[in-house]
Amino acid sequence: MWMYALRRLVLTIPILLGVTIICFALVQIAPGDPITSLVRPDTPPEQIAALRAYYGLDQPVVFQYLMWLWRVLGGNFGTSIANNAPVASEVMRAFANTIVIALISVLFAFVVSLVLGTIAAIRQGGIVDRLVTALAVFGISVPTFWLAVVLVIIFAVNLNWLPATGMGASGSDSFNYFVWDDFKFAIMPIVALALPPLAIMTRITRASLSEILNQDFIQTLRAKGLGGFQIITHAIRNIMPAAIAMLGLQLGYLIGGSVLVETVFTWPGTGALLNKAILTRDIPLLQGTILVLAGAFVLINLVVDLAQSLVDPRIKRS
Amino acid sequence: MNEMRSPDLSLVEAQSETPEAYVKVKDLEVRFVSREATVKAVNGVSFELKKGEVLCVIGESGSGKSVMMRSLLQLHAKKRTRMTGEMRVGEHDIMKVTEKRMSELRGSTISMIFQEPMTALDPLYTIGDQIAETVMRHERVDRDAGWKRALELLELVRVPSPERRLKAYPHELSGGLRQRAMIAVALSCRPSLLLADEPTTALDASVQIQVLVLLRKLQREMGMSMIFVTHDLGVAAQIADKVAVMYAGRIIEYGNARDVLMHPEHPYTRAMLSSTIKDQDRSAPLDTIAGTPPDLRALPDGCSFAPRCKYAGPECLAAMPPEVTDGRNHMARCVRVSAVRGLLAFEPGLAAANVPA
Ligand SMILES: Nc1ncnc2c1ncn2[C@@H]1O[C@H](COP(=O)(O)OP(=O)(O)OP(=O)(O)O)[C@@H](O)[C@H]1O
Ligand code: SF4
Ligand SMILES: [Mg+2]
Repeated sequence: MWMYALRRLVLTIPILLGVTIICFALVQIAPGDPITSLVRPDTPPEQIAALRAYYGLDQPVVFQYLMWLWRVLGGNFGTSIANNAPVASEVMRAFANTIVIALISVLFAFVVSLVLGTIAAIRQGGIVDRLVTALAVFGISVPTFWLAVVLVIIFAVNLNWLPATGMGASGSDSFNYFVWDDFKFAIMPIVALALPPLAIMTRITRASLSEILNQDFIQTLRAKGLGGFQIITHAIRNIMPAAIAMLGLQLGYLIGGSVLVETVFTWPGTGALLNKAILTRDIPLLQGTILVLAGAFVLINLVVDLAQSLVDPRIKRS
Repeated sequence: MNEMRSPDLSLVEAQSETPEAYVKVKDLEVRFVSREATVKAVNGVSFELKKGEVLCVIGESGSGKSVMMRSLLQLHAKKRTRMTGEMRVGEHDIMKVTEKRMSELRGSTISMIFQEPMTALDPLYTIGDQIAETVMRHERVDRDAGWKRALELLELVRVPSPERRLKAYPHELSGGLRQRAMIAVALSCRPSLLLADEPTTALDASVQIQVLVLLRKLQREMGMSMIFVTHDLGVAAQIADKVAVMYAGRIIEYGNARDVLMHPEHPYTRAMLSSTIKDQDRSAPLDTIAGTPPDLRALPDGCSFAPRCKYAGPECLAAMPPEVTDGRNHMARCVRVSAVRGLLAFEPGLAAANVPA
């Protein structure tokens, strides 16, 4: 087990390096000059050249990359061109906001999908099964930003139960998920984020569980005299490798794809930050954000792999 | 291991004085209904088996052997299955017991070994867990006691280095060891009826024999009755007390192993035996008889074997041939078989002459 974990960990190093190269290159090949978009149109060329040198943009690309990588490894993501603040702290603060609601959403979706998917698989054609099908169609076909807007209209505007946007008076830094006055700001973003994963995971749970229930060993379990509950326990344990993979995939999707939801709810996460970095051509900020997101992706995959090998003894050997 | 055997041995001795049948199946019919069709998988099977006897069921693929076996454990999906007839195992009326009682019988009084040791075990549970689980379920013992028993059982089925194998997962064992583990699961609660559905078919030839010998030995020692499904006439000859030949969901010939295998009377049994003897390969599949088995969704009247039988005539198609039984309890279902002086005899009749060469 530990050998496998170690090997898997070492394998992520080249992937992470590749990620940094792609991150860096993406920004290099993007059109538009960051300095000219930053300064007034009538700025003298000498001043522009000086700025260019200050940000290191006049150096050869490889050198720029190595310099950047070296700084990144030291935790320094550079300073934002737009407001001169250190990128690292800004990105990390935003990432914390994103990852927490993404994790809550995906865990919520995971648990609910396991319950619903299991009931649907056991009672195929039953009421829960039909509900699950409806939910799946709804969750997959409805765009999240639309759902987000509808949630705001219903719960914030009409019913006035929940705040529409933002993180509340205390703001990002002192936000406490365990305090209702803060947490209520997170509810709608979480619900909006959770619906598509919930729909997809419920369907996958139902499908993989009914496949497992048709396998030979289930008949052996029945022939051994085990009860329905024990048999379902076996079956659920058997879908765990697939379920964990799906969980990781959806989490990755949520942290990368939450731009729209974060924009609707003005939730100050990485989605909103990406949006801002692109609009202002803030290259260090953009790079820093993408890098953190990509790093998180790789890390999620690593955790998923290790978790899978914990639940599936067949993985370690191969 | 001795304390496991002795009570069973004493049971066998007691049984031998009362030749009362332990397993009794009468007119068993099993149909699978779906919107498209009704599959008549078993069409009136009757047999009796005494304590400690081995019945071999042979027959082509699709003749209903597995369905018949699964019926004895009530393993069919209730919704899509119609079952009629009688099934008794000991004092239990299998047709009438509640599902709860049935689940108590499964794996304890009646247990089953399946064909594919590869897929019949849960891949994510250790061998030890899968054996202990059964013991814990039926004997209400804790996990430690279950594992202790699992170890004894692996020793009983001659798995080398059993301590290590207990902690192994199914994919870490060879096919033969996996089937031994499966046997250990089946024997874990000292069943009195063991259903073995082609338990050696998926194994290598040399391993087949080892597993077969082991199974036969344990069956004798524990005094179990056993119903053993096989395609292999050689296997049947080695272990069977009784042989039943199935065709299209019916037993078309039944009797003592010697009678059926040495003096087959039904044309199907004869064709099957001669095809394997000619090939000099007793383990060859039985499907070497020309023609295909009948469609169980639309069985014609009369003898189901008629389309493939070279002695078939109009009288075969009129109605299902009745069972003809001789003084030695040798039974065949064929219009051309009759009991002559207490023995079954086959009369080709005129039809044979009419068959174009
Ligand atoms: N659950 C089911 N639903 C519908 N039809 C079934 C079901 N189980 C079995 N059958 C059909 O019943 C018939 C008998 O099947 P069975 O598995 O008993 O054959 P078998 O004699 O065991 O053959 P084999 O030697 O290949 O194992 C087959 O035609 C099969 O398709
Ligand atoms: S009843 Fe007729 S068709 Fe059937 S086996 Fe006998 S001879 Fe052949
Ligand atoms: Mg079968």
